Amino acid sequence: METRGHVFKYQDNVDTDVIIPARYLNTSDAAELARHCMEDIDASFVEKVKAGDLIVAGWNFGCGSSREHAPLVIKTCGTGCVIAKSFARIFYRNAINIGLPILECEAAADEIAAGDEVHVDFDTGVIEDVTTGKKYQAQPFPPFIQNIIAAGGLLASLRQE
Amino acid sequence: MGMTMTQKILAAHAGLDSVCAGQLISAKLDLVLGNDITTPVAVNEFNKAGFESVFDKDKIAIVLDHFVPNKDIKAAEQSKQCRDFACAHCVSHFYDVGRMGIEHALLPEQGVVTAGDCIIGADSHTCTYGALGAFSTGVGSTDMAAGMANGTAWFKVPAAIRFELTGELSPVCSGKDVILSIIGQIGVDGALYRSMEFTGPGVISLSMDDRLCICNMAIEAGAKNGIFPVDERTMAYMKDRCEREPVVYTADPDAEYEKVIEINLSEIVPTVSCPHLPENTRPAKELGDIRIDQVVIGSCTNGRMEDMEVAYKTLCGKKVASGVRCIIIPATMQILRECVERGYVTAFIDAGAVVSTPTCGPCLGGYMGILAAGERCVATTNRNFVGRMGHVKSEVYLASPATAAASALTGYITEPKEDKDGNQRTCL
Repeated sequence: METRGHVFKYQDNVDTDVIIPARYLNTSDAAELARHCMEDIDASFVEKVKAGDLIVAGWNFGCGSSREHAPLVIKTCGTGCVIAKSFARIFYRNAINIGLPILECEAAADEIAAGDEVHVDFDTGVIEDVTTGKKYQAQPFPPFIQNIIAAGGLLASLRQE
Repeated sequence: MGMTMTQKILAAHAGLDSVCAGQLISAKLDLVLGNDITTPVAVNEFNKAGFESVFDKDKIAIVLDHFVPNKDIKAAEQSKQCRDFACAHCVSHFYDVGRMGIEHALLPEQGVVTAGDCIIGADSHTCTYGALGAFSTGVGSTDMAAGMANGTAWFKVPAAIRFELTGELSPVCSGKDVILSIIGQIGVDGALYRSMEFTGPGVISLSMDDRLCICNMAIEAGAKNGIFPVDERTMAYMKDRCEREPVVYTADPDAEYEKVIEINLSEIVPTVSCPHLPENTRPAKELGDIRIDQVVIGSCTNGRMEDMEVAYKTLCGKKVASGVRCIIIPATMQILRECVERGYVTAFIDAGAVVSTPTCGPCLGGYMGILAAGERCVATTNRNFVGRMGHVKSEVYLASPATAAASALTGYITEPKEDKDGNQRTCL
């Protein structure tokens, strides 16, 4: 698995309320929700994002509410991967459970700039900033979590058992 | 190596003699919780995966609380989906309008959760039940669906930070000031992935409502859970309330903690979290003339009976400042009923406040108190993120019920003061 695209860059503590504001949570329709992805932090995100693009952010990405709608709208918009210095724990869990690729890498989060073209190989955890030519190594998931991802998410892995 | 209280509960539910921090386990669940926003997503996933039955109808709780009474047609559809699922699977703990309350006030009050439980909830504030000595943590809808299907969840066993509480709170402070102070000290990711274990001689002085409030906001420090030891006060609270026998776990004397942070409760002052992160805390008295448009007293953090009492003591016989909308939301029907019986509702109305049926409503910017651009609110809720209560250019200041009620009377952020009898009173 891999992704290649351009980077949208955000700061520390991007919370789930700005990823998908609660005023839209009166539906669970992913396509409808995705029209408001990142709306309260970056109103132009939805217009600009293309399939395979990446979000790169600082510490504690996805903090706040447990709403799974947050990783879901990021995935539904076509975002190929989120790279952050760290993730809030419920967001981290939800991303794995629904199959949104996420990687923790402090150096990449510091150095990759907005608009850079980036390639990520999920099997090796290598992040390449194509624009600058620099490469970064992210921590791979433990085998237990790799199995969930390989099965296509938590429920699919349960059905296999 | 000894285990923390959290680790002991997890080991017992994983069928293991011991566990250590970082270990991946599968644990049996005593309760799986969802609300009217997260349950529809879980139901869709449950059905899509082809599950036909729930693991145990008595170990699932579905509480309609975020957007009920239904705020619009779409919310009504989501409530209906929850209702239909609960009915089809005979879910015992299904709480609809008339019986509902804000989930994290309701489930302890109704005795659905008890000491020693292992609980997941598709709501981040599920960590509240640690106040009863349970392991309880927020998850997403897919985890809820999996939990409803097979009664288990995977966990990475958390390391812990121990908070050694000493002293006693001043009469103008409450659990909210304690947890806001702690978050201000350690930051919004200061306890990321970890347990916050509250111990020490100061614990006994904290009421159950204080403890529920403190554990409720553990997530605002990034924690997996917050937990209090079970003492006589906990046992008294659970007696005649809980359906199931409590199981008391205690941390081993040689349990490992990443760090120990001492909190002297007598040094805690009325504290406010300024926009737009809960860690931006300041003593209320240092904030100066910050004019406000709205006050909200309620939520899963501070909509309990003691919170209503404080609001009553402050507002009774007084008037909410001109230009301030004061919205009071008792968190459950039982609390609302008690507010009626004690005459609180009359006093609130006479003071110029409004009283709502239980709902999460304004806390997450759903309805019942949305802010316009440039407006400011002092709220007893739990988050002050950008746009949390309405327009992205509005502001939320998090505070205790005492500070919120005192501010409602003055129209600016105001430190609560005690009167000559030692009661909680505003400075007016």
